[in-house]
Amino acid sequence: MEEVDVEPSPMVIADLNSFIYRHLGFEWGPGDLLVYETNYKLQGPRTAGSPLVHVVRKDEDICSPILLLVPDSNYRSVIRACMEELQHNVSILLAIELIWNLCEVLFIDAAPAGSLLLHLLDWVRLHKSDVDARAREVLQSESPAQHQSYWDVVRRTLILQGRMDEARQVLSKQASLRAESSSVFKRMDVLLQTMPIFNPTGTQTLTEFDVKWRHWHEECDRCLQDNTFASNRHLETIVKILVGDEDTILEQKELLSTWYHFLVTRLLFTHPTIKPPDLHYYAQSSMNMFLGPRAPPEPLDIILLSAFEFDLHQVIKDCSIALNNWWFVAHLTDLLDHCKLLQSHNLHFGSNLREFLVLEYASGLFTHHSLWQLAVDYFDHCPEFGRVYLELQIERIPLDTERKAIKVLRICEDRQMSEQVRSICKIMAKRALRNNRLGSALSWSIRAKDAAFATLISERFLQDYCNKGSFTDLDLLDNLGPAMLLSDRLTFLGKYREFHRLYGENRFSEAAKLLLSLMTAKIAPRGLWMTLLTDALPLLEQKEVIFSVDQTYELMSCLEELNSGTKDSNTTDQEEDIESTKTELLRLALARNLAMAIVKEGTIET
Amino acid sequence: MDPIAKYISQKISKTRWRPISPALLQRPEVFATGSWDNESNRVSIWSVGDHGVSNTDSEFDEEPQLLCDSQHDGDVMDLQFLDQDRLVSASSSGAVTIFKLQPDCQSLSLAHVWERAHWYSCDNAPCTAVVCRSPEVVSVGEDGRVILYKADQTEVVRVIENADSSTIHAVTFLRTTEVLTVNSIGQLKMWDFRQQSDSPAQILSLTGGRVPLHCVDKHPNQQHIVATGGQDGMLYIWDVRQGNTPFSLIEAHSAEMWEVHFHPSNPNHLFTCSEDGSLLHWETTSGSDMSTLLQRGWNSRVVSHSAVPLAGEDDSVVSAWLAGDSSKNRLEATHMLPNQTLSVNSLDVLEQCLVCGTDGEAVYVHRQVPV
Repeated sequence: MEEVDVEPSPMVIADLNSFIYRHLGFEWGPGDLLVYETNYKLQGPRTAGSPLVHVVRKDEDICSPILLLVPDSNYRSVIRACMEELQHNVSILLAIELIWNLCEVLFIDAAPAGSLLLHLLDWVRLHKSDVDARAREVLQSESPAQHQSYWDVVRRTLILQGRMDEARQVLSKQASLRAESSSVFKRMDVLLQTMPIFNPTGTQTLTEFDVKWRHWHEECDRCLQDNTFASNRHLETIVKILVGDEDTILEQKELLSTWYHFLVTRLLFTHPTIKPPDLHYYAQSSMNMFLGPRAPPEPLDIILLSAFEFDLHQVIKDCSIALNNWWFVAHLTDLLDHCKLLQSHNLHFGSNLREFLVLEYASGLFTHHSLWQLAVDYFDHCPEFGRVYLELQIERIPLDTERKAIKVLRICEDRQMSEQVRSICKIMAKRALRNNRLGSALSWSIRAKDAAFATLISERFLQDYCNKGSFTDLDLLDNLGPAMLLSDRLTFLGKYREFHRLYGENRFSEAAKLLLSLMTAKIAPRGLWMTLLTDALPLLEQKEVIFSVDQTYELMSCLEELNSGTKDSNTTDQEEDIESTKTELLRLALARNLAMAIVKEGTIET
Repeated sequence: MDPIAKYISQKISKTRWRPISPALLQRPEVFATGSWDNESNRVSIWSVGDHGVSNTDSEFDEEPQLLCDSQHDGDVMDLQFLDQDRLVSASSSGAVTIFKLQPDCQSLSLAHVWERAHWYSCDNAPCTAVVCRSPEVVSVGEDGRVILYKADQTEVVRVIENADSSTIHAVTFLRTTEVLTVNSIGQLKMWDFRQQSDSPAQILSLTGGRVPLHCVDKHPNQQHIVATGGQDGMLYIWDVRQGNTPFSLIEAHSAEMWEVHFHPSNPNHLFTCSEDGSLLHWETTSGSDMSTLLQRGWNSRVVSHSAVPLAGEDDSVVSAWLAGDSSKNRLEATHMLPNQTLSVNSLDVLEQCLVCGTDGEAVYVHRQVPV
């Protein structure tokens, strides 16, 4: 993005009628503009502020604003907090706004000499808004000229902020009152009217403006020397200000209230064509003159001074220290980075400054109970480390409900973070298992394609079956579908359940075939073979021959294979007895079946 | 006409229109929202009525105004109006709550709470959905239970234990004593409360895929037609009288579909909203005006549409959703929100008004939906 060196066209932001009585504060974000209500009220009833921060996103092509909303938890707490906290946070916000706007003027707009002062004037005006309230108050009073703050308003507002036309308007009230000194007032009026203001879009060059300004300045000086305004001390003060008498301006300390206001006013009346590189000299001296030798500068002052010195890195550094809020620093740095004003200040661990700050901010967001979805967006904008940070953070979001887990998983799946998907699904599956929700557990394992866990769940089912003699959660087992293939154990479970179903439906030959295949295809775990063979018993005992000769031979070989295995030394005598009895029964049944099968297959049907 | 957006600084999980009394022909003006993922969640009542003088020329662009709200323990998982004055909510803490709304809508208070209606022995089991047909209320939850309540009785009427081994995500009434539930292994189960046994009267599922289903809605006039949506964002239209396969599969969204609603008075219109941030308005048109259809063009892709006409359909009025001849019937979808937002979690439609809520903490109200 090239440096912006033309005035941006004004954008109308709709739907903000609630802002009528308040100042619009705005902050730049990464590609966005954050607009919020400040607590600065011009007039009007003290209504509760709306706890909203609007985001105006500039569309790259059309530059038309699209309103989204990003609530800032800090700002929300401002509105709801008690008075002390309110005061405290508001002042931080005001400071932030001040710094932002200054950075904007100095770095982003990068105004050259001539318009620089105009922008600085705007900046000061924006942050000294009570002036308008006072002015209105005076003008609307019955006899404005007699109003006690009359001259204050004239001086402070208007002159010190360079608002000459308004000053003339207010002065005219005075002029109409006193006919005898009207000529003096007229003189002042002329002076104010003729003050040259640089027009950046006009055809006048800086040099021409400078010449004009000097002429005007000499005119003012002449009035001063001629004692034209000696009759009225107020007007005398004003002309001294116009001439740029630093002492007089300094006398207005109360009305100026800050050293940077003093700086701007001073420049307005002594060096309106100030060039950016010269700014810092005046800034430093203004601060010294205003604050006096003993007052130590506040953090805010230091930050502003660094800005006037065009030392970006210092500004960022000081802001990071002074403000306990990453939001401002992250957004400022990001914006400056976009404007290519920030040389990548490579930090030791490799990522540049801008990314570091955005990452810090987003990490902070992640800890917030509901702003984590926003943080994801921020991480997406950090090319180097964003993904890593996201991977680390996303597993830590507390998942109280399945719905939230589903949303988090969608974020992971969209970014192909398969590790995180597996881990989150495993957490959910484990939780489900702990609560005895086997179906849910299986559902989560299937989503994660986690074969190991699916095996675990199947084992659980089989255990239940062995203990109770019947299956629980038949609705699940009967409808496994292709998910059955996820793990061998799961496949076995599904098929085994199918065997029981077939048996229940009296489809014996199919059941028999299935049972045999479970053993011969080695899908069944060894430990369950005995159970399976025992399940085969009723089929063997049927009047009809169900198992064919070949099938019977296979069953026999399975039985022998089972018995040829090493005996488990832990089995008690009683268990051994049961085992051998079972084996005997099976052998007998198999033998009988074999006999009948041979006969049946050997008989020719006539 | 674009919908009006209102940012309410809390993520919205559910939005519902307050029912309008059939006697008075009013426009829907009041709606309720429930929030989620906050440290303290709220159920709020809003109004989009005409405040003051309405200019017939200007658009009705009043923002919704908050009338009253109440604190809610846990995330608001579902919200339903029992009648004009009572609102039922399902909570992530497992509780089912009835709120009472004062007639002038000035306050919302707790009328009755069934704490831990859904539960695990060592954890909270979120109650995922609730449906009302006054005076009965049915709730379902992650614990796989289906619970029947009567609004004025403090004790629960009936609990179907172990109705499901997986999480039940949504429920809807089919008939007065029958409900249909959908779960996270892609099954639809019909439950008949007249039966003593705790097993479902019927189970339908998608063969070949076990897509978790998140929402279900019944056709307002024809009770055998049901629409569901799930994790894959596809819209399924089922005929519960027959078969194990849905009648239509339509690719609707690119992420989970959170809610599906038939328009209550004009069922040729269907609305769906999704995690991908879009809200679609589906319209089936039967035959006729091809020119307008060609002008508006295709907006959707119908994946499959059964060509076999229904057997035993003796009435001449065949529902456009199930009609077999696809050359005569078209399905169109239009996006209702102007730009992509975060997930649209919920929507409700009544007469010509649509309200929806998003994770971007915005509520959108559209008062001139073309139905």
